[in-house]
Amino acid sequence: MDKLLQVSGSPHVHGDDSVKKIMWSVVIALLPALAVSVYYFGLPVLILTLVSIATCMLTEYLIQRFMLKGKVSITDGSAVITGLLLAFNVPSNLPVWILMIGAFVAIAIAKMPFGGLGKNPFNPALVGRVFLLISFPVQMTTWPEAKPIWNLGADVITGPTPLGILKEGVKNGQAVNDLMSEMPSYVDMLLGQMGGSFGEVSAIAILIGAIFLLIRKVITWEIPVSFLLTAFLFSGIFYLVDPTTYVNPCFHLVTGGMMLGACFMATDMVTSPTSRGGMLIFGAGCGLLTIIIRLFGAYPEGVSFSILIMNALVPLINKGFKPKTYAK
Amino acid sequence: MSKLNILTKGFFKENPVLVLVLGTCPTLAVTTSVKNALGMGLATTFVLLMSNAIISLLKNVIPDKVRIPSFIVIIATFVSMIDLLIQGFLPSLASSLGIFIPLIVVNCIVLGRAEAFASKNTVGDSILDGIGMGIGFTIALTIIGSVREILGSGSFLDYKFIQGDGILIFVLAPGAFIVFGFTVALVRYLQSKKKAS
Repeated sequence: MDKLLQVSGSPHVHGDDSVKKIMWSVVIALLPALAVSVYYFGLPVLILTLVSIATCMLTEYLIQRFMLKGKVSITDGSAVITGLLLAFNVPSNLPVWILMIGAFVAIAIAKMPFGGLGKNPFNPALVGRVFLLISFPVQMTTWPEAKPIWNLGADVITGPTPLGILKEGVKNGQAVNDLMSEMPSYVDMLLGQMGGSFGEVSAIAILIGAIFLLIRKVITWEIPVSFLLTAFLFSGIFYLVDPTTYVNPCFHLVTGGMMLGACFMATDMVTSPTSRGGMLIFGAGCGLLTIIIRLFGAYPEGVSFSILIMNALVPLINKGFKPKTYAK
Repeated sequence: MSKLNILTKGFFKENPVLVLVLGTCPTLAVTTSVKNALGMGLATTFVLLMSNAIISLLKNVIPDKVRIPSFIVIIATFVSMIDLLIQGFLPSLASSLGIFIPLIVVNCIVLGRAEAFASKNTVGDSILDGIGMGIGFTIALTIIGSVREILGSGSFLDYKFIQGDGILIFVLAPGAFIVFGFTVALVRYLQSKKKAS
């Protein structure tokens, strides 16, 4: 009986959540975004996604089987999500071998050395992504243009992302209003017809997936809402002060990895705080850092960096926001 | 402890970088290529050898209260010598190591060996300890430097075997931390295995 954890008296409710169930819900929630990517960027999207997932699972299998010589748990779906999210964060014309390096790094550097699922302090997919961004800056920032799949011409045209246009233009002293004419319309940006990492382009598809996860109670509202709201308010302040150099806050919400980051990356159960207050702080920090990097940093996009920085602060946040002890 | 033991303990068993985790600043900063790592390692070995010898000669003269400043002055003398020598004879190495040559003065390995070993042992033992620790430092730096140069720029000792760049992160700061961490982990693993058998 000693081995039983503390169990209170009956009645008990059985929550039938399991790691597997939660992970596969996330995979299902990512499918709409994947469908949109295939629609705009074509077949390479599927190839990259499958390669990324396969490399993540294989790496995890090899490490668990031959280095740790322990139980193999690749079917729990966590490696699948890592692979999927990593693939979502790269341009669709990335050479396959580069993505394989990223997937290997995500599992072999960011996840397994810390003890595997549940113990990694940093989101593995984001570590893989940032590793690639720093290591292969040219390939990671050559964005193919989005166009519906039946319009495939002979060549894939590459072009800058909306955030790239903005950063470059503002640096050259152009007014934001002039730059907006080069940008896709807001409707296009919501649907996903713009340059960018292939999984992040469609705000609507990502929101559909996020709502599915909210209904399934896999994620809670605190992190996405505080992330997006902080980003909106903070960039809104700059917009109100000087609308010629700072862009409309709505633009920040629908471009880049903002939606994908807020709904799927920052909400990772392993690397986010456990209490409600902590989650709100965590999300707010992510939003604030993202906008700071976008407005003042060297990179046009800062979602992945800001989430990783906040990941590092999670133990501290958890310390500050301990949940109340029951009946005290 | 036998003389041989004093010399060889720094190579692996008490490797200053990988086991004692001293001198991490030059380890992370100058290991971008094998050449830099070797240059740094040998320069530090020279300083370690000379400062250990002189400090152990003077250990009965130096008052206990001011021993740290005295050690620093002795160390700084030899660092200045090696700094000028490198600038004079190896200007390209001097420019790529930059500030990290003068910074050997505050390298904790040098001061640590002076405090922990040279000020308590005979001159002969101190010289052996200095050489051993210096070689250990050089080995560690060269291992990390090789991994970083091969992965980061696709070359070894400036001999390039791929076209273009390697995995750039390995010549940048994050790559230094990753390689350093994994090397320390590997050494710990080997040592625990050795202990078990």
